[in-house]
Amino acid sequence: MIMTEEMIIAGFGGQGVLSMGKILAYSGIMEDKEVTWFPSYGPEMRGGTANVTVIVSDNRISSPVLHEFDTAIILNQQSMDKFEKAVKPGGTLLYDPNGIVKPPVRKDINIYRIEGTKAAIEMGNPKVFNMVVLGSFLKVKPILKLDNVEKGLEKSLPERYHKLIPLNLEAIQKGQEIVETVQTVEVEV
Amino acid sequence: MGELRLMKGNEVLAEAAIRCGCDGYFGYPITPQSEVMETLMERQPWNETGMVVLQAESEVAAINMVYGAAGSGKKVMTSSSSPGISLMSEGISYIAGAELPCLVVNVQRGGPGLGTIQPSQADYSQAVKGGGHGDYKMIVLAPSSVQEMNDFVDLAFELAFKYRNPSMILADGAIGQMMEKVELSDYKERWSDEEVIEKSGSWATTGKPSSRERNVVTSLELDSLKMEENNNRFQEKYRRMEAEEQRYEAIQCDDAEYIFVAFGTSARVCQKAVEIAREKGVKVGLLRPITLFPFPKTIIGELAKDVKGFLSVEMSAGQMVEDVKQAVFDAGIIRPVAFFGRMGGIIPTPGEVVEALEQKLLKEKR
Amino acid sequence: METKDIIKPENLVYGKSELLIDTIMHYCPGCTHGVVHKLIAEAIGEMGIQEKTIGIAPVGCSVFAYNYIDIDWQEAAHGRAPAVATGVVRLNPDKFVFTYQGDGDLASIGAAEIIHACNRGENMLVIFINNGIYGMTGGQMAPTTIENMVTSTTPCGRDSELNGYPLKMTDLVAQLPGTSYVTRQSAQTAAAVRKCKRALKKGIQNVLDKKGTSFVEVISTCNSGWKMTPVQANKWMEENMFPYYPLGDLKDSEKGEPVSKN
Repeated sequence: MIMTEEMIIAGFGGQGVLSMGKILAYSGIMEDKEVTWFPSYGPEMRGGTANVTVIVSDNRISSPVLHEFDTAIILNQQSMDKFEKAVKPGGTLLYDPNGIVKPPVRKDINIYRIEGTKAAIEMGNPKVFNMVVLGSFLKVKPILKLDNVEKGLEKSLPERYHKLIPLNLEAIQKGQEIVETVQTVEVEV
Repeated sequence: MGELRLMKGNEVLAEAAIRCGCDGYFGYPITPQSEVMETLMERQPWNETGMVVLQAESEVAAINMVYGAAGSGKKVMTSSSSPGISLMSEGISYIAGAELPCLVVNVQRGGPGLGTIQPSQADYSQAVKGGGHGDYKMIVLAPSSVQEMNDFVDLAFELAFKYRNPSMILADGAIGQMMEKVELSDYKERWSDEEVIEKSGSWATTGKPSSRERNVVTSLELDSLKMEENNNRFQEKYRRMEAEEQRYEAIQCDDAEYIFVAFGTSARVCQKAVEIAREKGVKVGLLRPITLFPFPKTIIGELAKDVKGFLSVEMSAGQMVEDVKQAVFDAGIIRPVAFFGRMGGIIPTPGEVVEALEQKLLKEKR
Repeated sequence: METKDIIKPENLVYGKSELLIDTIMHYCPGCTHGVVHKLIAEAIGEMGIQEKTIGIAPVGCSVFAYNYIDIDWQEAAHGRAPAVATGVVRLNPDKFVFTYQGDGDLASIGAAEIIHACNRGENMLVIFINNGIYGMTGGQMAPTTIENMVTSTTPCGRDSELNGYPLKMTDLVAQLPGTSYVTRQSAQTAAAVRKCKRALKKGIQNVLDKKGTSFVEVISTCNSGWKMTPVQANKWMEENMFPYYPLGDLKDSEKGEPVSKN
């Protein structure tokens, strides 16, 4: 079956939103898929909200800019307000409850909760937060093989950070373990 | 097959410049294209290929550095975004008037004025009609993917030298900031000084040997009859470009009843809109101009015979639509040419485009 | 002795530089441009660097400098000659590149370009003709117009309260680390002409030795713009401009300490 995954990752600058998207995109390339990575850019990058649209597909990708998504990964309240409504019916929303005061309310989408901030702190390195979230996403939507994600990490990280790859893989593993299902809906594509 | 990488459009411009044997880059920072010079400074091509990179004091200075370096027969470029291109327009006019080859990249943002840093296509008219003073044209290439940001650098230089004329790559903030898979070009050697003299010694300021007359690079001619002659020569050159260089991509146009005309980011959006419209049973195709000047009017004239209408989709108030209308008119055919666009840095969604098609063309026809 | 006996190579005391083209100059009689053009042609010829020289012509009266000196030239937009020269010299570091600019071009519209080129120490010679007026457009005020001087846009004389003060560009660029040789010359007497030529040659040699920017200002006359005879103009320049723009070297890196005359 031809696969296309259109997703948005949204949160604060500094949460690793853009680099998580980049690792996903690179992993897609490792699997011979077409990819686009389209970030929000400008002053909002600096401490404000940041988001990135990532598309991974078996086909040539048309629009890199989308108004609805198969998956939304939401990491702060502003992004929840903006993107909960942009998930396609039957689509998927993953969120970290840390900092979310109004959890998602839609009934027509799959919702998963990730205690990613907590897990990253427990692992002793808050910076791996985005990899925990990536792990959870890949558990829920195994669109890419973990081997290729490891290769994607190698490609997207500068060589001086390669010693951190085992820690990142551990975080991905952690994310796979801790993801909780809030609700699933019966809409099959 | 070349090297595969995941890169931003802006980064690819820099990489492609180094690899195509570019001799020099002069620029000034402006969002959303600052990564071009940042990437070059990080790459330090002066150590690798000998390419010179210099941060100028302004866009005005940058384009005049390009003018000087191009006058010496070298392969040089600059990049900027909309407000910076306005500042460069004087220099571009001089470059066109002195018939020098060079590459100017505009990663457009929304205007007018300081406007917004978000993507836009509102510099279309400035690019294709000649933004500076006097009757001149640039060859304008419109990439719609990161891959084309790579491919068009070399192509732009090739056309610039073929016609001794400035080329422009007209991108936008989305193409510049977006990352996609890209196959980088192989390295080409920079021209040696001997090769520069061989290619451009008849006009470039390479230093006057006793064997030839002095070369003077200028756009000035106070004798009106001679100045008109110069203009006639330019116009003849622009007509030759129109005859030989129209480039486009036609997507699902064969059985189409309606055609979207869109370039750059808008063309990507329209590709999705074609899918959506066809799911709804409307036969739509996409004509994507790759050269904005020369505008691919021949193919539009041909398509006009078989289709019921055109929708020009742009991130502007409607600039290219005038050229689409003209192309249909020149073909001697009467067909509706409608327009849909968003402004201010907003990229239209595929859904909006399909809706516009329904409202502006289908309703009237059905 | 007959004339034909006198005209012999061994009796030659002066010859026109071979680099000076036989085109009738468009400059007004008495204008300093013609003299400085001659000096440049002589200097380049005597130093044997015609093949490596690229001149950048400005906008102003000397826009047609390329019609008079037999080297490769590029014509710049108004004020942009230092940027154009930067482009040429950065990509052709072994060439001798010079700009030839008037005061409107260099000190007004091109103030940013000249400051930054000098500040980067671009390896080039700047020849700055300062006659305190816009000659080509008909005698308007220049940034270097001295106080109380009458021009077509200051009919009651330059009022510094209204128009700002005369700009001493040469003093400004002498402060910049990128410049190696900064001097102010004139060309109204035989002695001044000889000194000016020495300054130009020194500037050229500095560029050939890759010492950064050399800057030679020539305080000049514009008798038609000033509405004087050439002789009156020379006298007026000596009496009114020299006190404000004193002649001499402002900086010579060879001599160590930069010198400020003011």
